[in-house]
Amino acid sequence: MEKLIEQFSLGLFVWQLILFVGLVLLLKKFAWGPILNAVNEREEGIKDALEEAENARKEIQNLTADNERILKEARSERDAMLKEAREMKESIITDAKEEAKAQASKVVEQAQATIQAEKHAAIADLKNQVAELSVGIAEKVIRAELTNKDKQIKLVEEMLKEVTIS
Amino acid sequence: MHRINIVKLLSLLLLTVTFSVHAQDESQNDNHAENSHTVKDLKTEIKEYISHHLLDSHDFTLFSYTTVEGDHKYIGFPLPVILWDNGIKIFSSSKLHHGESVAELNGEYFSLYHNKIYKTDAEGTITFDNHQHPTNSKPLDFSLTKNVAFIILVGLFMLWMFNSMAKSYKKSTIPSGIGRFLEPIILYVRNDIAIPNIGEKHYKKYMSYLLTVFFFVWIINLLGLTPLGVNVTNNIAVTFALALITYLFTTFTANKNYWKHIFWMPGVPLPMKIILAPIELLGTFIKPFSLMIRLYANITAGHIVLMSIIGLMFIFKNWIGSPLSFGLAFALALLELLVAALQAYIFTMLSALYFGMAVEEHEHSEHH
Repeated sequence: MEKLIEQFSLGLFVWQLILFVGLVLLLKKFAWGPILNAVNEREEGIKDALEEAENARKEIQNLTADNERILKEARSERDAMLKEAREMKESIITDAKEEAKAQASKVVEQAQATIQAEKHAAIADLKNQVAELSVGIAEKVIRAELTNKDKQIKLVEEMLKEVTIS
Repeated sequence: MHRINIVKLLSLLLLTVTFSVHAQDESQNDNHAENSHTVKDLKTEIKEYISHHLLDSHDFTLFSYTTVEGDHKYIGFPLPVILWDNGIKIFSSSKLHHGESVAELNGEYFSLYHNKIYKTDAEGTITFDNHQHPTNSKPLDFSLTKNVAFIILVGLFMLWMFNSMAKSYKKSTIPSGIGRFLEPIILYVRNDIAIPNIGEKHYKKYMSYLLTVFFFVWIINLLGLTPLGVNVTNNIAVTFALALITYLFTTFTANKNYWKHIFWMPGVPLPMKIILAPIELLGTFIKPFSLMIRLYANITAGHIVLMSIIGLMFIFKNWIGSPLSFGLAFALALLELLVAALQAYIFTMLSALYFGMAVEEHEHSEHH
């Protein structure tokens, strides 16, 4: 211990104290400050980047989920639309069929009516022509007959008899 | 990984050089002993060499040897001597000639005795008291000694290294160059020393000191193992200064809780409080004191043992003893390499622990 105290050099102590404190301060300003700041910044950066990556991952997950949902919706919508279309098609077809049937029966009715009318007209025409023909025949017969006066009177009488009956 | 290997290789290389230089030194001293027929035997000489090696000196001697004629030759360069003796006095240490001559400055004479400067007369006479202590007056010595010069060099080196590292961060936040090796260490100090001991909330203000002390002690310990042979941390003055800074830093940043736990320990009976107060107060001094002694003793002991084992080579002087002690010294030097880092770690760790105590917030009373 005595030797230690004897060895103790005040000069060295003072120098060491001054130089070391100076070294600490200089290094703080020129080295440790910037180095620790840079390291801290980098660590913060890494932390932020990791967080961002995590967020991005979550976002992508959400997006995928969204996409899936949208796809599902689209699919169901399409199915619904297809179903509707099918139904519409069916209904249109049925409607058309019914209308066609109605139309056809109407046409047939009309045709029948026309045929009936034509038939009546033809019958009437035929009647007229038969009447005219019969009148003509009768005229010719009468003309030939009437050359004989007796015969004329007999015919008138017969005709009168006929009229009363009808 | 590659870089670390290079560092290892380099350190090994430096160590081997250390041995060869020391070995050369010793052998020449040995020759000198035989040639000049001094009464000093080899053991005493080795002992003196070791204790001399451990001391600070006023000039930067890389190595010294003795010529065949018995002259001491020193390879190195002088450093300024700064004295305070009724005014500042500055002269070059070359004037002292390693204690072999008397330096004269404005009619005053100074000479070196056992690495200390004394005021003497023109002949450099030193008078002694009964205990063989010099009685000459001693001026206050603020010389730029070898250790101070080395501290400055290491400081400049650290400034350059860490400043260039800091600059590289401006280009990108990924470290480049030396930063790749240093950044994990800096992060280690922050994440495994500072934050666990001090806490997330307060550690920032201590980071500069902790990092500086860690790298300073580590680098200076490592360089102490190189052939330059400058052992800064085996000076009690240096470790005292470091421990003092830790103590002052702890004391001045301490919160109310810290003082309360020292002077009026909560949760113990009144008589115990009175007994505990002086013990706790003493503890605040003992903690940094232990820091000082631990670093000093570890490095000094390491150097003494290492150099003693190297010295053994010259005592054995046979084919089995010398390689054996070389092998031992080699293994020990590797151990010292570990000790260099370990002591830096322990100093930083314990400083952080003391800072942590100073700023701890005691919401958890079950701790006691």
